[in-house]
Amino acid sequence: MTGLGDIFKASFRRPLGALSGGLLLALYMIAIFADLIAPAATNEQDLDRTYHPPTKIIWGEGGLRVQAYDLTDPSTAGYEAVPGKSYALKVLGRGFEYRLLGIFKTNRHLLVCDDPEGAFYLLGSDSTGRDVFSRLVFGSRVSLFIGLLGITITMVLGFLVGGLSGYFGGRTDFVAMRIVEFMMAVPGLYLLLALRAALAPHFASDQMFFVIVIILAFIGWAGTARILRGMALSIRQQAFVMAAESMGQGPLTILRKHVLPNLLSYLLVAATLSIPGYVLGEAALSFLGLGIQEPSASWGLMLSEAQNVKVFYLNFWWLLTPGLAIFLTVIAYNVFGDVLRDVVDPRSQKR
Amino acid sequence: MEGDSPVKATASPLLKVEGLKVHFPVRAGILQRVVDTVKAVDGISFEVPRGTTVGLVGESGSGKTTTGRAIARLVPVTAGSIQYSGKELVGLSNREFFPYRKKIQVIFQDPFGSLNPRMSVYRIVAEPMEIHFKEWSRSQREDRVADLLRKVGLDPEAMRRYPHQFSGGQRQRIGIARALAVEPECIICDEPVSALDVSVQAQIVNLLQDLQDELGLTYLFIAHDLAVVEHISDEVLVMTGGKIVEQASAEAIYRNPQHPYTKGLLAAIPEL
Repeated sequence: MTGLGDIFKASFRRPLGALSGGLLLALYMIAIFADLIAPAATNEQDLDRTYHPPTKIIWGEGGLRVQAYDLTDPSTAGYEAVPGKSYALKVLGRGFEYRLLGIFKTNRHLLVCDDPEGAFYLLGSDSTGRDVFSRLVFGSRVSLFIGLLGITITMVLGFLVGGLSGYFGGRTDFVAMRIVEFMMAVPGLYLLLALRAALAPHFASDQMFFVIVIILAFIGWAGTARILRGMALSIRQQAFVMAAESMGQGPLTILRKHVLPNLLSYLLVAATLSIPGYVLGEAALSFLGLGIQEPSASWGLMLSEAQNVKVFYLNFWWLLTPGLAIFLTVIAYNVFGDVLRDVVDPRSQKR
Repeated sequence: MEGDSPVKATASPLLKVEGLKVHFPVRAGILQRVVDTVKAVDGISFEVPRGTTVGLVGESGSGKTTTGRAIARLVPVTAGSIQYSGKELVGLSNREFFPYRKKIQVIFQDPFGSLNPRMSVYRIVAEPMEIHFKEWSRSQREDRVADLLRKVGLDPEAMRRYPHQFSGGQRQRIGIARALAVEPECIICDEPVSALDVSVQAQIVNLLQDLQDELGLTYLFIAHDLAVVEHISDEVLVMTGGKIVEQASAEAIYRNPQHPYTKGLLAAIPEL
């Protein structure tokens, strides 16, 4: 078990690993091709069709069609299907214009209803008539990539601080570990709120994504640093590190060439298992109104809209789908992390 | 090798150690005050003439490994002097010591721990070249690694493989190839055969002797087994409790041990 490729291959060979890893891959593909998959833009409102239930898709006239609905009771958002009336759906039809992967300018979408009269809500609409499915697809970008970016920053910081203090020991180690303990002693949620409050005035809402990533990573690195410091201490004692020293290798090169590769399998497992923390952290911040701001979409932000008592009273269940998406992502990451841990565990290799 | 043992001593020895002390502080309590010191090496002096092998024998904890590490600057020296072809090494800055990192190489005891399990044999052997011969191209390094592997009795194809695919003896050969990579003058062999089978021990010792004849190397050969040291060394130092208790030619030590500790070591050699 040497390369990362081998570890992933072995993980995907296990049923649970294939299932969770496949789900994660699918989620990330959706996030990357969000423009193509989503039929509507995130801020496309339709105030005549608020709290629209998911539309039925039917087969007729040689293609997929979407059922037409009439608003029967505006006070409770009651919609009723109009018998015999439907609009055509087009595969790769025209919609809003965007750049696929940021390069190719196009306006084609996977499945759209391009009839100006029709409405196509795969997962219903929200309080301003925006398509929940489209927002869910666009929101996955924020919710999924915040984890990847956050964990990268955390791991790099944790490795630098933990690795260096483990490698040098002595006073460096003492100072670094006291800072780490201080960070760990501050309750995470309050630190989160305080940092957000302190940083908020200096950033526009479109920079908020990065501010949140930095805040989350800033809170998360201490635990990682402490564990990595312990592991670096033990690797430090290995003869090959002494051999590298004896041939005149510098400390940073030793960290990169000798310590890091031997920590890699741990880092991989730890990263996979702690990404859900970032997904949930972003969701929590956005839910409290401190994260991603409207009109951008994120799962936490969408969930905060479902707090409305109307949603529960009138059973607009489709507004809770972001919760399901968060749930699936977190479960998939945890299961995949578990499988990875089994794969890299040296005891499981001897079997 | 035993035949030509009259020591090829020249006027100035390659390595000269005088009054070397390595003490480790023992700290205790909240304030980490020094409550005691472990005197791992406590005032030893010896010389290693160019092109010869000096054996350093002693039991575990006698300070022999620490002596080797102090010379390679892997542990800090408390007092004394280490001279390398007349130049003082103690007190040099890391930058000033750097050229000696090339001249002095170390072969380690543990053939399993001393090779990074995540690196291919090529990367292991080429690592010192990347430090000291930065200007070499990849193909030059590859040729040199193949050469070295052949020299230590391994197939050059081995460079694509990883340490866990080799036996203990083969790994020690890889360790020797790495030590030879930058054309050192002096090699500190820190118990290079202690972890190996007896039959493999002889092969490695013979390999080290052949390499010495071919490349004119100088060895400080550390071991706890007097039989091995006696076989390879021109001169033997016997160390116990951080001090050298006996110093004589290999012949003399074997025929006529003076110190009771040396007699004990000799008696411990199994009769075949």
